[in-house]
Amino acid sequence: MKKTKLFIAVGGMVLLGFSIFLVSADHIDAPNVSGTTTDLADLFAFEGDNPNNTVFIATLQGILTPGIVTENAIFDEDVLIEFNIDNTGDFIEDLVIQAIKRGDTMYFFGPASPSQTGLSSEVLTFANRNSVKISTVDNLEISNNDGMTFFAGPRRDAFYMDLNRFNDVITGAVAPDGFLPPGEASDFFENLNTLAIVIEIPNSMLGTPPAHVGGELGISGLPPAYNVWISAKRKQ
Amino acid sequence: MIKMTTFKIKILFIAFCSTLLFVQCVDDDDNGNVIEQETCDDGILNGDEEDIDCGGTACEPCIVGIEFGGTYLQEDMIGRPAINTVFSGSNAVKNDFNITLITDRASFQPIFEATLEAYHDIYAVALGIPIEDLDYETNILGLDAFNFTSLLAFFDTLQVAPNGQTTYFDLNTGVVLTGRTLADDAIDISLMLMFGGKSGTRFDGNNGTPQLTSDGVDSGDRDFTLPFPYLETPISE
Repeated sequence: MKKTKLFIAVGGMVLLGFSIFLVSADHIDAPNVSGTTTDLADLFAFEGDNPNNTVFIATLQGILTPGIVTENAIFDEDVLIEFNIDNTGDFIEDLVIQAIKRGDTMYFFGPASPSQTGLSSEVLTFANRNSVKISTVDNLEISNNDGMTFFAGPRRDAFYMDLNRFNDVITGAVAPDGFLPPGEASDFFENLNTLAIVIEIPNSMLGTPPAHVGGELGISGLPPAYNVWISAKRKQ
Repeated sequence: MIKMTTFKIKILFIAFCSTLLFVQCVDDDDNGNVIEQETCDDGILNGDEEDIDCGGTACEPCIVGIEFGGTYLQEDMIGRPAINTVFSGSNAVKNDFNITLITDRASFQPIFEATLEAYHDIYAVALGIPIEDLDYETNILGLDAFNFTSLLAFFDTLQVAPNGQTTYFDLNTGVVLTGRTLADDAIDISLMLMFGGKSGTRFDGNNGTPQLTSDGVDSGDRDFTLPFPYLETPISE
């Protein structure tokens, strides 16, 4: 009985804690997606080990605790994850790479020009397609084809921040001195996992990058750069 | 009679030559001029493929029979880290931001600028300064409040440069907004751009200021030097 009460009390505190989270990159960023299978956590994009390639990483369904929660986390077959690439500078996607799960496999379509741009999409089944078996906690699955490399599965969250102190800081009165010094500060994400989709792709497949948008705001000298974002779209 | 015999010989000759041609053609294939070995993109069913260029041990699984139809509608999106939840202010705005086209986000700029100033007001109060006396100061990139929040609201995508260093902001090299590596300290960079002013150290905890330019944590024991898929195996219990 005592254990039950303790469990309810701790559970209630955890729920309370989660309900007041205000930021964590894009983890649980808005009420309508928080805790759902479309909730994106982070986008990373960087030069690959092969300098002619770019790596795109989408993480989603963040805040997976180790063990059973991580083992049970699955991609949703009704959710289409899209990597959008604007290579003309108008902030409209010129190329997309789509990822969607079927069975134990993640399928990839593209890069290809989308049949329609914007908030609504269809799977580009006419496009270049690839796939990778979805990795588990214990088994790493990677596939290579068409010059691209693919991964989908659970991974340790690469994102780090003192989330709890941040929530104090933005209310001011609780933390008049701001953030804590190193040593006292605590990385909320240190021992948490996410689901991840990783694509490494030759730059030659992404087109010529447009002028950097920073130039429009007075930041000079920035190199040409694609505008990249990820979207999570649910089957209607 | 002679004519008929000649005709038959001609037919036989043509048939013989045709056979030679045919044999020659087969020989070409065997010699590897057309297909040396089955591959997953030769357009024919070979090897242990289940369908043309798919299935079997070597090729991608066949998608024949797998349903990909339907319309998919956006529920979430992300360009740069932490933008929506830091700057949108209210739950309604956060939800709206995720389902608004990047090209339709003009209305978010004033909201983002107001939120940025509200954060400064919080610390004006904490420091005992009238809130009108403590405002955002043009940051280390030279962006005033309007341009900074325009960059975040109108242009919330990750800029990715295919040539050269990719980083969110590397203070050592000065390279900025060319990507986002796993090791980039996105939160400290964001805080510095919000609260660091021209020097990047405006509110850094020194000289009686609150520490608002670093959250005090780094990547800890994470390993960012791994080969593809670059991310570490999941933490286990």
